[in-house]
Amino acid sequence: MTQLIVKNGFVYDPLNRIDGEKMDLAINDGKIVGKVDEKKAKVIDASGMIVMPGGVDIHCHIAGAEVNTGRLLRPEDHFRDVEAKTAITRSGVGYSIPSTFTTGYRYARMGYTTIMNPSMPPLEARHTHEELNDTPMVDKASYPLLGDWWFVLEDLRDGMIKECAAHVAWIMVATKGYAIKIVNPGGLEAWGFGQNVRNIDDTVPRFNITPKEIIRGLCKVNKLLHMPHTIHVHTNNLGKAGNYATALDTMKCVENLASDDKPVIHITHCQFSAYKGSNWRTLRSGAEEIAKYVNHHRHVTLDLGQVVFTDTTTMTADGPFQYGLYQLTGNKWVNHDVETETSSGIVPFRYRRKSYVHATQWSIGLELGLLVEDPWRIYLTTDHPNAAPFITYPRIISWLMSRNARDITMKRINKRARHKSLLPSIEREYSFYEIAIVTRAGQAKSLSLTQKGHLGIGADADIAIYNINPELVDPSRKYKAVRKAFENSAYTIKNGEIVAKDGKIVKSVRGKTFWVNPQLSSPIEVADDMKRRFREYWTVEYENYSIPESFLAASAPISVKAEV
Amino acid sequence: MPVVSHVTCPVCGSFCDDIEVIVKNNVITDVRNACAVGAAKFLDYANHRNAKPLVRKNGELVEASWDEAVRKSAEILIDATYPLLYGWSSTSCEAIRVGLELAEEVGGVIDNTSTICHGPSILSIQDVGIASCTLGQLRHRADLIFYWGCNPWSAHPRHVERYTTFSNGRFQKSTWRAHVSRLGGILSKKRLRRAINLVLGRDVFATPEISRELPYNMFQKKRKMVVVDVRKTHSAEAADYFLQVEPNKDYELLQAFRMLIADEELDVDHVAGVPVETLNEIADVMIGCKLGVIFFGLGLTMTEGKIRNIDAAISLVRDLNQRTKFLIMPMRGHFNVAGANVVFTWQTGYPFAVDFSQGYPQYNPGETSVIDILCREEADAGLVIASDPVAHFPKKAAQNLVKNPLIVIDPQTTPTSLMADVVFPSTFVGIETEGTAYRMDHVPLPLKKIVEPPSNCLSDVEILQRILHEVRRIRSKRK
Ligand code: SF4
Ligand SMILES: [Zn+2]
Repeated sequence: MTQLIVKNGFVYDPLNRIDGEKMDLAINDGKIVGKVDEKKAKVIDASGMIVMPGGVDIHCHIAGAEVNTGRLLRPEDHFRDVEAKTAITRSGVGYSIPSTFTTGYRYARMGYTTIMNPSMPPLEARHTHEELNDTPMVDKASYPLLGDWWFVLEDLRDGMIKECAAHVAWIMVATKGYAIKIVNPGGLEAWGFGQNVRNIDDTVPRFNITPKEIIRGLCKVNKLLHMPHTIHVHTNNLGKAGNYATALDTMKCVENLASDDKPVIHITHCQFSAYKGSNWRTLRSGAEEIAKYVNHHRHVTLDLGQVVFTDTTTMTADGPFQYGLYQLTGNKWVNHDVETETSSGIVPFRYRRKSYVHATQWSIGLELGLLVEDPWRIYLTTDHPNAAPFITYPRIISWLMSRNARDITMKRINKRARHKSLLPSIEREYSFYEIAIVTRAGQAKSLSLTQKGHLGIGADADIAIYNINPELVDPSRKYKAVRKAFENSAYTIKNGEIVAKDGKIVKSVRGKTFWVNPQLSSPIEVADDMKRRFREYWTVEYENYSIPESFLAASAPISVKAEV
Repeated sequence: MPVVSHVTCPVCGSFCDDIEVIVKNNVITDVRNACAVGAAKFLDYANHRNAKPLVRKNGELVEASWDEAVRKSAEILIDATYPLLYGWSSTSCEAIRVGLELAEEVGGVIDNTSTICHGPSILSIQDVGIASCTLGQLRHRADLIFYWGCNPWSAHPRHVERYTTFSNGRFQKSTWRAHVSRLGGILSKKRLRRAINLVLGRDVFATPEISRELPYNMFQKKRKMVVVDVRKTHSAEAADYFLQVEPNKDYELLQAFRMLIADEELDVDHVAGVPVETLNEIADVMIGCKLGVIFFGLGLTMTEGKIRNIDAAISLVRDLNQRTKFLIMPMRGHFNVAGANVVFTWQTGYPFAVDFSQGYPQYNPGETSVIDILCREEADAGLVIASDPVAHFPKKAAQNLVKNPLIVIDPQTTPTSLMADVVFPSTFVGIETEGTAYRMDHVPLPLKKIVEPPSNCLSDVEILQRILHEVRRIRSKRK
């Protein structure tokens, strides 16, 4: 196995409190080690460059039924963005919904090495994993959608938390999932008959349970199972004016489930849930209120869902939301309801600078990023591809790091949005250290991926080296240089091997798939109970639902000891 | 006797996964739960097998070694400037993945059977989208089911009982019992007859006509089934309502429904041969249902209007969603044609008709689709897998396909394999080889291995991988 030394770089490793220190990293057998034989090792000269752990993305839709239908829906998205085959890489297409190989290569070029695919319909999990098997370069995992699953609704309605935990554990293993994903809880079940829920205290039709009870119940289940991540929540009323109140209610409703200082809920793509006002015309930012709450409560983490002005494709499990978006835009619309479990929808979308609403959305994301004080609890995402494709991250990094960059964009957005934006009043500019937190360290911590997001001894040797000198470049003024540096890493090292260099893929590697294997006290009983009800719930057999571990090209199970 | 349970049926797009297969000494002796078509596949698959690799020499197909057949195939593909790789809908996703890699490697065009069945549906989806679901959603909730231009009774025999009208769901009970009593047991007799026919191996679908008064109690509170077709099929006989549309007039009928849904009046007496009175009634039922669905088949995609028909059907469903919940789904034929689209799409961005000649995926159906390429006589070699284009393509396309060097991978002898230059005897996926396939609603399920394949057959995956490796080996040597 190759030995590597990364020499003389400015290292940003926040989990080990290393802030731009000039130091060397030794790599052996895919891991960071204390020392290697200098004569045998290959040396990478990183002088004048930034060295960070490989990027970690906590929420981006890169694989599975919904993503793939998005690809199918949008040939026009691909025509102008193609990647030809090389001796090392497969061909593919972009733009907002790249083909699987291209997705892996593009992340690797940006120095990202671990990707979380946040929206897996359990019944179609096999599809997700087939695509992940074809997504090279990165380690990955998926979150099964469980907030509207009939077993969850029934168990929680009947107050059977332990049974619910057992069922959730079963489906984690059956689908090879990593975290509990909740999307518009109760709303997706209602959408089965074209309905929705209005707030977290509304009753889910036909099930006599409220979204609040679902969120709280699954939060308790999450704790019982000792899941590595918190519940991962896409709030009710997403994308609607006035929904910041729903977001606050959602965070508040699990406040008393938090003990010690640990987060118990992650509100994903929070920008989409931070709107004041009563309709699109009166839309205003709710970022201040949300940031204030988060600054005072340690049980919440967020990711941004930052909008970038471009043509993209929206796709969520939130069927009713997507239908609303279709009605709003008149664009083409895909709906896909999944029996017993969830729904989904897709609508192409263009964010325009001159639109009041879109410009306000853009501002809200950055306001959240800048007003939430603790970078360990807010992460950089675009909810790829919902608010923008992931290749726009470097641009967002430059906005976070530079007031100038923000001002320049500000000048070109809708006037009314500009006047209402809170951004001009915000001085804050991120440091490279903080960027390292919101793009890798914080996300790895939130996911409890202990080998990721840092460069301490024993960590996976997933490393990104960016060609920018923090001693010479002031990111506030030279934001374009920052952007450029983060667009194409000088080196991306995956598992101890150089896989990308100066924006070119030099080696194709597979990457593992993580999944959580909760150890229950009596797993057999669960299976019997599931088996009995299986044919009533689904149109497939129990035996054909579960995905065997061998189906994953590189399976990386994480065992957790459950309290049930 | 060993019973293999929960087997998926590698025949039609219903892709039933509850089949039980009885195996004795590596021979399938009985099949339970399958329909006649499915059962026939399991029981008769072993006939007309390709036994050995064949290579054409001096005009004759003669037995050859695997190495020779693989080398010959690789040479054919390398020497071609624009080879076609066609079929894919009746093999596993695992094989399709390798096929795509091979097509990319040789800079060819890869296309699947959608190109001659639901291609227009896909183009229409790319135009306007689609509101759809998995089949269980309909089992649990649908109270109004349309079969438009398709005949599930013969093409997807268990579709109705497993997923729609006769299935039992959480919010919708089966109308099976009511139906049986209503028809005075005719239907159960039909089923009995089917079973008898199956055993005797006679024509299973020769059932007697049922004469019924129409329109039929449409306002009863229960699941309703509507069949729209140009002729009275067996499915039509089982329906609550049958609309006999004049040939090639589906578009008019769909547009009429759209107008009625929008509360407009029609000032004619008939549309497409159907009385407007009837249309009014049905439109009301559509608006009044809790969840409706339209299944559509080749009667809509391959008749005059094609894309326009599907656009109208999808638009009708979109309109209906302003009044109630309504969904639509193409009735996919082959058990893995949906999977072919799925794998093509995740690797290349496009569901069929993908051209790699520029080194990256290009897609322009009408130009990069296999029939069009053949009709323009642009291809100079072909690889056909698990498909029989000679029997199904238009004459000119078929002629041009066999004119060029042709490689066929198939478990059975077909008109296409008889015309080939290289023939690979493959195993039956879903019987002799495992894999993955996608049901018509895109639910992925495992294909099982039930019996050992004949010793001289290889799986599609292995055959394609061998060819791919050989192509790379020869290329690196020539460089
Ligand atoms: S309906 Fe189709 S899949 Fe089901 S048993 Fe019959 S042929 Fe097989
Ligand atoms: Zn998302």
